[in-house]
Amino acid sequence: MTTAIRNYCVFLVRCARVAFVGDWRYYAWMGALTVFCLLGLNAYCRQFAHGLVTTGMSDQVSWGVYIANFTFLVGVAAAAVMMVIPVYIYDNEELHDLVIFGELLAVAAIFMCLAFVTVDLGRPDRFWHLIPGIGQLNFPASMLSWDVIVLNGYLLLNVHICGYLLYSRYQGKKPAKWFYIPFVFIAILWAVSIHTVTAFLYVGLGGRPFWNQAIIGPRFLASAFTAGPALIILALQVIRHVTKYRITDKALLTLRAIVQVSMIINVFLLLCEVFTEFYAGGLHIASSKYLYLGLHGYHKLVPWIWTAVTFNLTAMVLLVLPVSRSLKWLNLTCVLCITGIWIEKGMGLVIPGFIPTPLGQIVEYFPTLNETLVCFGIWAFGLLCYTIFLRMAVPILQGELSKSNERGELPGTVLH
Amino acid sequence: MPDQPSSGEHNLDPGTEGMTRRSFLRTSAVFGTGLAALAAGLSPLLDIENFPSLQEFMQKYYKELTPEEMKKVLERIEREVEKQYGIRPHVRDLKPLDGVEFVYCLNLTRCIGCRKCVHACVAENNQSRNPEIQYIRVLQMENGSFDTEKAVHDYNPEKVPEKGHFYMPVQCQQCKNPPCVKVCPVHATWQEPDGITVIDYNWCIGCRYCEAACPYWARRFNFTKPEIPKDRLNPEMDYLSNRPRSQGVMEKCHFCLQRTRAGRYPACVEVCPTGTRKFGNILDPNSEVSYILKNKRVFLQLKEELGTSPRFFYYFDV
Repeated sequence: MTTAIRNYCVFLVRCARVAFVGDWRYYAWMGALTVFCLLGLNAYCRQFAHGLVTTGMSDQVSWGVYIANFTFLVGVAAAAVMMVIPVYIYDNEELHDLVIFGELLAVAAIFMCLAFVTVDLGRPDRFWHLIPGIGQLNFPASMLSWDVIVLNGYLLLNVHICGYLLYSRYQGKKPAKWFYIPFVFIAILWAVSIHTVTAFLYVGLGGRPFWNQAIIGPRFLASAFTAGPALIILALQVIRHVTKYRITDKALLTLRAIVQVSMIINVFLLLCEVFTEFYAGGLHIASSKYLYLGLHGYHKLVPWIWTAVTFNLTAMVLLVLPVSRSLKWLNLTCVLCITGIWIEKGMGLVIPGFIPTPLGQIVEYFPTLNETLVCFGIWAFGLLCYTIFLRMAVPILQGELSKSNERGELPGTVLH
Repeated sequence: MPDQPSSGEHNLDPGTEGMTRRSFLRTSAVFGTGLAALAAGLSPLLDIENFPSLQEFMQKYYKELTPEEMKKVLERIEREVEKQYGIRPHVRDLKPLDGVEFVYCLNLTRCIGCRKCVHACVAENNQSRNPEIQYIRVLQMENGSFDTEKAVHDYNPEKVPEKGHFYMPVQCQQCKNPPCVKVCPVHATWQEPDGITVIDYNWCIGCRYCEAACPYWARRFNFTKPEIPKDRLNPEMDYLSNRPRSQGVMEKCHFCLQRTRAGRYPACVEVCPTGTRKFGNILDPNSEVSYILKNKRVFLQLKEELGTSPRFFYYFDV
């Protein structure tokens, strides 16, 4: 038992050491991310001291870019499942070893999600009121309490699966199926649940007609399964570029197929939504009108949403055409997908829900510099985490960091 | 980074090599810069004036406080208010009365849009003057339309009422089926037996989900530390109602429970010069509100279709 604990500690220490070793590009990248993290931390401390008045939010628009990013990132986290399904249900060989990169991305994304909700709280010092047992978690009535549970559960599941698989590889042992396969299947269902629950946060509000529509849930899933795998395609290419880890083009093209189908469904659902809103008309379309056309001379979001629509449609056309089989075009397409969905599902979903207010008032929202810096800080923190995870995982998967070479060389030369 | 040797390519293991002077200086420099950067990042925290005391941080949920604990909490709040405003307030924890369910009736024919209710409410309930927080919003509506999107919120003529308009004040509707209570993740807001939805300002985490859920835009958030001039503080306070709030928590109309649970009218009812506002116990068949709901021909609840079932009724003199 003590040997097992000792071995595990040695593993952790060695992993931690690896995270501090790399070539100049690695240091430059990590240094830049650290600078952004600190800028974000500084901005957050200012917000913590002076209150959310440092943001662009108001009583009229009471959620902003924090919750927008949160919503988008829950989707990214959920999308890890899109790599898990082909591998564990359809036994896809190409993606097999790559699943772990998707799951690590999910872990980093959940970190960002939790950070984005925390910075949105007026009294973060009272977070313990959410902890069952010592606090008063309003479960099952509040959808936010569901979100707390599913997000943390998903984090634990993914940490367990990744951690166990990597540690087994490190020890040179074959992972025991019973110790992770059941969790993989739970994680698949769980991934759908985190995004559905997040959609229900909005859908469950009867007083906000823009959100109170059944289509929001399905649209969330479709857009998540577009943006998530698109992000993974880009991440895998970076890994392929800076390490010796072999990632086949075929694997990337399998992911392309996923992005392709999801984007088509996403655009179709958008069409359904826009038709329902605008064809029938009525008072309830005020928010949609504000979003797409502007309302009574207020139209801050209009250029944003049309950018998103253009990006999504262009990406869909590119995905359908064979041209996106070339990696150059595929990368462009992925960037379009990610940006388009980040706008559409972030600001494009959250802000119009508040405009006009339930009493018909129109107050627009725009994030402040301080708020933006906090967002950059959290994104930088997430990327920092993901880079560290990859920096540890790649040498383990390649056998350069393993129990057998415990006394030997630090894998400082993995990067080339 | 600190314990790594200078050139990673040639050194096998940092442990095998003794630390040279150069690498020591380098490590200290990196470490020092990092610490300085972190300190600079954290520096805005120095602006915080009053950190919550340990008792405040550890305070239990309202419904779990024993009477003795509540007594201590109330004394602590009195001390804190005195320290901040120089006035010793009288903070109570009035409980709902048996056999009472409060209902509000508002006569749309009579309201002239003078906003005296708004000001009386701010004065009574110690709302922040900077930034301004108000529980009542009076809408100037176009005659013949109930569409709030056409309403004017910031009307400011020399004299009210203006021709061609009617006025509709909106505040917390004290719903029987309140969406705000359902969505709160920590039970910080709930409905009392007398029908008033209250907030434990010491339990609210400030997520603003209730603000998004409310179909009447009745909830307000303290985006920064509220400011109340010392000479304007109302020292008659209650734990669940008008004691000063802190930065980062929600607040809203609570039917002036510090008054109404002691047998008085809410401030807005008392100040209204036109008799627009009626308030009372619906369980008492002889109350004014019972009479209105039994005898007035037209009355309505805002957004009735949402199923929130407000305890706030609008009626007309017809």
